[in-house]
Amino acid sequence: MWDYVKLIALGLIAVLAAIAANFARDLAYQINAITVMLAAAITFVVVLRGVGEPKVINKNEYMDGVVRAGVIATAFWGIVGFLIGVVIASQLAWPWLNFEFLQGVGNFGRLRPLHTSAVIFAFCGNALICTAFYVVQRTCATRLWGGNLAWFVFWGWQLIIVLAATSYVFGASQAKEYAEMPWHVDILITVVWVAFLAVYAGTVMKRKEPHIYVANWFYLGFIITIAMLHIVNNMAVPVSIFGSTSIQVTGGVQDAMIQWWYGHNAVGFFLTAGFLGMMYYFVPKQAERPVYSYKLSIIHFWALIFLYIWAGPHHLHYTALPEWASTLGMVFSIILWMPSWGGMINGLMTLSGAWDKLRTDPVLRMMVVAIGFYGMATFEGPMMSIKAVNSLSHYTDWTIGHVHSGALGWNGLITFGALYYLVPKLWNRERLYSLALVSWHFWLATIGIVLYASALWVSGIMEGLMWREVDANGFLVNAFADTVGAKYPMNVVRVLGGLLYMSGALIMCWNLWMTVRGQEAKAPVNANNAIPAE
Amino acid sequence: MELYTFLRATADSWGLLFMFLVFVGIGLWAFRPGSKKTHEDIASSIFRNEDRPAGDPADPRNSQRTEA
Repeated sequence: MWDYVKLIALGLIAVLAAIAANFARDLAYQINAITVMLAAAITFVVVLRGVGEPKVINKNEYMDGVVRAGVIATAFWGIVGFLIGVVIASQLAWPWLNFEFLQGVGNFGRLRPLHTSAVIFAFCGNALICTAFYVVQRTCATRLWGGNLAWFVFWGWQLIIVLAATSYVFGASQAKEYAEMPWHVDILITVVWVAFLAVYAGTVMKRKEPHIYVANWFYLGFIITIAMLHIVNNMAVPVSIFGSTSIQVTGGVQDAMIQWWYGHNAVGFFLTAGFLGMMYYFVPKQAERPVYSYKLSIIHFWALIFLYIWAGPHHLHYTALPEWASTLGMVFSIILWMPSWGGMINGLMTLSGAWDKLRTDPVLRMMVVAIGFYGMATFEGPMMSIKAVNSLSHYTDWTIGHVHSGALGWNGLITFGALYYLVPKLWNRERLYSLALVSWHFWLATIGIVLYASALWVSGIMEGLMWREVDANGFLVNAFADTVGAKYPMNVVRVLGGLLYMSGALIMCWNLWMTVRGQEAKAPVNANNAIPAE
Repeated sequence: MELYTFLRATADSWGLLFMFLVFVGIGLWAFRPGSKKTHEDIASSIFRNEDRPAGDPADPRNSQRTEA
């Protein structure tokens, strides 16, 4: 019965998408509609082939198939995101790479949101979803709630990624940073995100462990807050239901404030809270000892929740935003330094008594350096939010350097560490294919980040100083183009850093692939969820 | 009073105080006497149920596994 409901719904979606494609007012919308139509048609066929087959759910097994798929998607989108990053960094260094025949599709302006969304929502998003599903099952000692709803979350998220990517390239954008997706994709995100919340909360509610482990608090905080931020920031009225253009409900400084309330908390909850959930599970597991202080982790969680949400206005210093709001953002950003470092200390001290493992276990080393970068980025961030510092750093490459030491160092490395931990477990393999390759990855990634971050510090501070330089008569000394020219060497180093980081990730993919292909499974991988990945 | 002024005044007086007190309360609760044992138990819960969900305790296959 349920299968027939699904078939009718999918058929309807396919037909409506076809109609939408026919009446589309712009290319991006048309391509999105065709993509939805194809996705619905493929799902229709898959459901149709399974009609009437008995559904076996083994309650004595964790639902790991969807986690395995998430691991593959994380690695795949990671490479895609890093590659686009290297491409656009090269376009900055050598502008002739904005080829004439690719204008309007493959130039820097179109590819830049593609890069940010690919790494944040595709790479980090998949990492968050799959580790959340893995961790919540283990810490709650129960199978995922909601059956195939978890698969809906996974495939829905991949569809969102493809829709967002194609809409940017073909010219649809809300022009809101990290929220460029047009309105129709925003609606799909809301649906998938609510399903994600349902699966997660459902699993927590039917847990067999009496307490909710701290990692789940962070994951749940991340899921709920992102839902709230997404809905408020995307309050928009479409111009036509057959076009991707929409008008924001709020305007002017209100809209800017909502955007950066969203934008900063996307960093705070997507890239921090969720990843702290990862840290609180995978670091103790890899170090084989419980977290240093559970009390500190409780304080860490609540302090982060209470403080982060106020930090957004520091993105709007010296704008039309009222002075008090900007000061509030600054003050809360600085207070935020304390819980951030409390969390960092908690993560690092988990290794106390086991520091020798750092010599022998490159995976643990990667996680520890990730926590180190978390500490660095959360020190640099509050510093840059101080108005006096911000007047120098804002609009310069320093900001981009800061974001990357957080994203490459913290989010990237902790995700790689989690992937190295997960793959042998999920595919039931004895061990990783090669620890030497993990070391190679570790050093390539670390050197890459150091090159990238230091190049952009130099470039950003130079840029800021050149912009404000005035001569004896009070005239500006430098034209904007002078700063662009002066940044050339740093832009080249930036490309090099990105290339090193990406080659490390490619080595990881090879290593993970060989971990699964190169050795026999110890025992059958949870049969129910077997996916054709091997 | 204008709604904006009201919200603005509430936010930086009673609202702020309320949230601060809730936060302090959570901190005190975490450090309550006797919480150490509970917290140790939760912190080590990640080393249980690694391979399969907890089930009927009578079933030996479902006995909780602990790792070194």
